Amino acid sequence: MFWQMIVSGLAMGCIYALIALGFVLIYKATEIVNFAQGDIMMVGAFVAYTTLILFHVPYILAILMTLVFMALFGMVIERVLLRPLIGEPVFAMIMVTLAVGILLRSVAGMIWGYETYRFSAGMVDQPVRFAGVSLSSIHLWIMGVTVILIGALYFFFNRTKMGISIEATSQNQLAAFLMGIGVKRVFSNIWAIGAIVAAIAGILLSPIQFLNYNMGYIGLKAFPAAVLGGFGSVPGAIVGGIIIGVSESLAGVYLPGGFKETTAWIILIIVLLIRPEGIFGIQQQKRV
Amino acid sequence: MRFIKRTTYMHDIQLFRYRSTLVWYLLLGVVVLAAPLSMGAYGMSLLTLVGIYAIVALGLNLLTGFTGQISLGHAALFAVGAYTSAILTGTHGVSFWLALPAAGILAAIVGIFIGLPALRLKGLYLAIATMGLGFIVEEIIVHWSSMTGGVNGLAVSRPVLGAFEFSSDDSFYYLVVSILFIMTVIMKNLLRTPTGRAFVAIRDSDVAASSMGINLAAYKTIAFCISAFYAGIAGSLFAHFMYFIGPENFTFLISISFLVMIVVGGVGSVHGAVFGAIFITLLPEFISFTRGYLPEVIGKQVGLQEATYGLVLILFLRFEPMGLYGRWLKIKFYFEHFPFYKKDTFKRERKFYRTEH
Repeated sequence: MFWQMIVSGLAMGCIYALIALGFVLIYKATEIVNFAQGDIMMVGAFVAYTTLILFHVPYILAILMTLVFMALFGMVIERVLLRPLIGEPVFAMIMVTLAVGILLRSVAGMIWGYETYRFSAGMVDQPVRFAGVSLSSIHLWIMGVTVILIGALYFFFNRTKMGISIEATSQNQLAAFLMGIGVKRVFSNIWAIGAIVAAIAGILLSPIQFLNYNMGYIGLKAFPAAVLGGFGSVPGAIVGGIIIGVSESLAGVYLPGGFKETTAWIILIIVLLIRPEGIFGIQQQKRV
Repeated sequence: MRFIKRTTYMHDIQLFRYRSTLVWYLLLGVVVLAAPLSMGAYGMSLLTLVGIYAIVALGLNLLTGFTGQISLGHAALFAVGAYTSAILTGTHGVSFWLALPAAGILAAIVGIFIGLPALRLKGLYLAIATMGLGFIVEEIIVHWSSMTGGVNGLAVSRPVLGAFEFSSDDSFYYLVVSILFIMTVIMKNLLRTPTGRAFVAIRDSDVAASSMGINLAAYKTIAFCISAFYAGIAGSLFAHFMYFIGPENFTFLISISFLVMIVVGGVGSVHGAVFGAIFITLLPEFISFTRGYLPEVIGKQVGLQEATYGLVLILFLRFEPMGLYGRWLKIKFYFEHFPFYKKDTFKRERKFYRTEH
């Protein structure tokens, strides 16, 4: 039982880690805290559902179509809603992403309805016995895809030209601009990547949870994950997400009702009290 | 055109810049007091809600508009106020007149508890921590049913003063209006004290503010605390007005709707709080009114109200970030300085360097 809860917590933690990852990437490059990440994830899951189940597109093609669509979707959000606001106070940016989240949620409700769908996303749920513990194959799938995705992103940010220019932009926008990096294009690309990562998280999440217009609320738990790992740190987001997932899963079994839903937030407040810079965080001093 | 000659520093911080302003406010006061004469019961209950929301918006505007911090969990503080008042008056038989300040104070204490850890740091920690507070309080309301009635909610009675009970909508309206008046005067006065100036300084640049000797963490916490106090008072009034409160009155979406209120009304203005409260109260009425006229596909949708929140927020932030009050200022400016209004008169300064974190 204990190990099963650990593994299902790890799987859930991977989802949190992916959502947190998408949002930390956007935050690092553009300084926009994206409160709509969870809702973008929801849209991704619904688009995959639509292509796969409603239009019967072959599996690989359907996933590819979803990812391409989501990349464009992320770019459009950035271009239409956020770029005109560059230079406005932080408050305005946050409010816009919150508004995008609400808007996506209600529009998704209008398009796909308010009922809960079962959507296995092509993953078969069968028990796998491993070292005497019975595990769900879906949980193993989720962990596998997460590891591959993180590896791919690591390669992208360290080995490709675009990845390195995004990295440069997140270190210093002005310097990157002066070095001839198209900062606007970087912004577009990072939103595309953020949306793709969110869509993958959504596709992985729907078999273990549900597919519903409200599933974006789960994405809000990426914030405690990011704070726990150190706000703005990519490895921190992953580790933080996994810790949150596992403790939530354990709290669901060993603590009374209501604790499972609030574990992430209780951890957040404890982190703020004890070690506000998080696990991997470094406190930055501002030069005037 | 009108010119004012400033001869003392007091002219900069006086409550009414022109004598005519005072006259207009007195006129407004008469209209507000006479409203029950011309409005039906339904209109009065809407006006009462406007008053209650305006108190929340005043507090939230102090935090967001004047101090530059964001709270995504004001519904939780609203809930703390509502439940404190409901439990004190209902279960323990305490008088409403003691429960009302108690509600505000308890909300403020919760505010300190959340604000202190989150506001030591730069950045958006308060937004995230208050969001967490919102979800935690929601769960506490649901699961601590011996105290809060859980999902079944709590019945609340109307306040009593001596032999008089505020049972009619008109009498409760006067109660809310007088409390709103007191809270507005307190806010107006707070904003011209050194404390209020410190808040504005923090909003404009926290580095500059701390160089001026302002203790950032302390002042941000004070702002959050006062803001929570306002939310608590409003929550208490809300509970007694509605006769009944349940967890569905205090969700995340309510916190967002409070923020919609200050964005639409005008961030960083006291008038804006009232405008925003009017907007947020009338919007559901307007939507249910237009439902019949919209095409079937859109008009029948459940999520129409949330979608409108989102859309209104985006449009205001993009095209009128100063909100309805900003629009009003522009119109006034246009007529006051008649031929001299230019499009760029109200152009805001944009900062293109990396923001402070």
